[in-house]
Amino acid sequence: MKTKTPSRLEKILAAGHLAVTSECGPPRGSDPEVIVKKAEMIRDYVDAVNITDNQTSVTRMCSLAACIRLKLMGLDPVLQMVTRDRNRIALQSDILGAASFDIYNILCLSGDHQSFGDCPQGQNVHDIDSMQLAQTVRRMRDEGKFLGGDDIKRPPQMFVGAAANPFADPFEIRVPRLAKKVAAGAEFIQTQCIYNLNKFEEWMKMVVDRGLHEKVSILAGMTPMKSAGMARYMKNKVPGMDVPDDVVKRLADTPKEKQAEEGINICVEAMQRLKEVEGVSGFHVMAIEWEEKVSEIVERAGLYPRPAVD
Amino acid sequence: MIVADRKPIEEIIGEINDKENILILGCNECVTVCEAGGKKEVGVLASALRMNFLKQGREVKIDEITLERQCDHEYLEEIRDVIDQYDAVVSLACGVGVQFMAEKYHTTPIYPGVNTCFMGVTEERGLWTERCQGCGQCILARTGGLCPVSRCAKRLFNGPCGGSTQGKCEVNKETNCVWQLIIEQLKALGRMDDYEEISPIKDWSTDRAGGPRKVVREDVQQ
Repeated sequence: MKTKTPSRLEKILAAGHLAVTSECGPPRGSDPEVIVKKAEMIRDYVDAVNITDNQTSVTRMCSLAACIRLKLMGLDPVLQMVTRDRNRIALQSDILGAASFDIYNILCLSGDHQSFGDCPQGQNVHDIDSMQLAQTVRRMRDEGKFLGGDDIKRPPQMFVGAAANPFADPFEIRVPRLAKKVAAGAEFIQTQCIYNLNKFEEWMKMVVDRGLHEKVSILAGMTPMKSAGMARYMKNKVPGMDVPDDVVKRLADTPKEKQAEEGINICVEAMQRLKEVEGVSGFHVMAIEWEEKVSEIVERAGLYPRPAVD
Repeated sequence: MIVADRKPIEEIIGEINDKENILILGCNECVTVCEAGGKKEVGVLASALRMNFLKQGREVKIDEITLERQCDHEYLEEIRDVIDQYDAVVSLACGVGVQFMAEKYHTTPIYPGVNTCFMGVTEERGLWTERCQGCGQCILARTGGLCPVSRCAKRLFNGPCGGSTQGKCEVNKETNCVWQLIIEQLKALGRMDDYEEISPIKDWSTDRAGGPRKVVREDVQQ
């Protein structure tokens, strides 16, 4: 299948393989070794690596600089970009900066509200939203045009992604909203962490019924739980997260020293089940500050070794 | 209306504690409706200030006037003859009124007595909520009459975001997710197909981003 960009992730998907992506959160400091170390741990087990953009609105090293680190290491980074902190000038400018380092993937997000982070008194920008950002990247890539209409010399070649949360409310517009993102130009989707497999499968069925899975590659978001405490926190405190009681119970019923292992088991079992679901094109493994477990998860899920593409 | 909230008395005292002749100037419009700066609140603030100065053993003259509006020349002119008696005016009008006062009476210091909050409605007694940010390019026709610019914490034009939970905003569980409301409204209007149309990128040049704005109506000027 012909690809539109040199992105390794796009090639993997185009070849019909189940893709595996993961993510690294940049450090709260300027030490590049942090990101390099995390990337070394996962590099052979994933096709592309997302770098988060000041996730949960906590100030960190910028996504672009960390993506450049990965690129220099020979990895295929996914530049996460939120519309919270940059207006359309800064967004387009950073896209060109990333493109100058041949960063071939971008994930377009609106970003967590700043009230969750370390600068709750800060202003937010939201000049455009995540769908409009996806449209913007596609316009820059496909038409070689800035939003202002001028031509771009050496346009960016980026495989364009967006997020989807199958669990947020109202449920009935979750699929229409995905359809909007696809219409806006999203070519791959990384979902919110999935714990409620039944609900995810219900969503996926509606996605398939509308034929959206043929237009966009959906990577199921997986985050292993480290403990019953984390499960409870995710259930009760994280907006838009759906953690069923039986998942919390399973971890709570496990002795404390074995809970992390059980969390990995739950994650691997979920991946094995979702591998068979029509429309699932791969997995986005978000092992938050637990990157050393990505290799085990990917291996046990039967997704190692990663296929080679040119 | 423009909704304002009372400033803490300590903050007002901090600004005017060294003054001798103070005018508390109310406004009979929006701030009266939202119970922050009308005749009643002028009286309450004046009493509190009198108490404050009494405790300090100081004699400070505090007068009370409430104008029909502070955003029109003709009403502000009503105090031209008395303004020079005062070495401070605490205006309980919104920021618009405070500024118009300051622009008109250059030599008298004007202090704000309220925090101007937003354009909104009285949802119930004692509860005012935001409805409009005056972006200068109304899109309510597209969104079932409900505004994502003023009522979505991320002003998403293609919402809701992934943080919308049980109809509530991720930022505050007591705040309705306006995108949930928009969807319910579109459903009630039989216009759910409109939801799937991608809202175009907004022209913010008519918003604050474009600099101070004005509306010129030559037909009215003539």
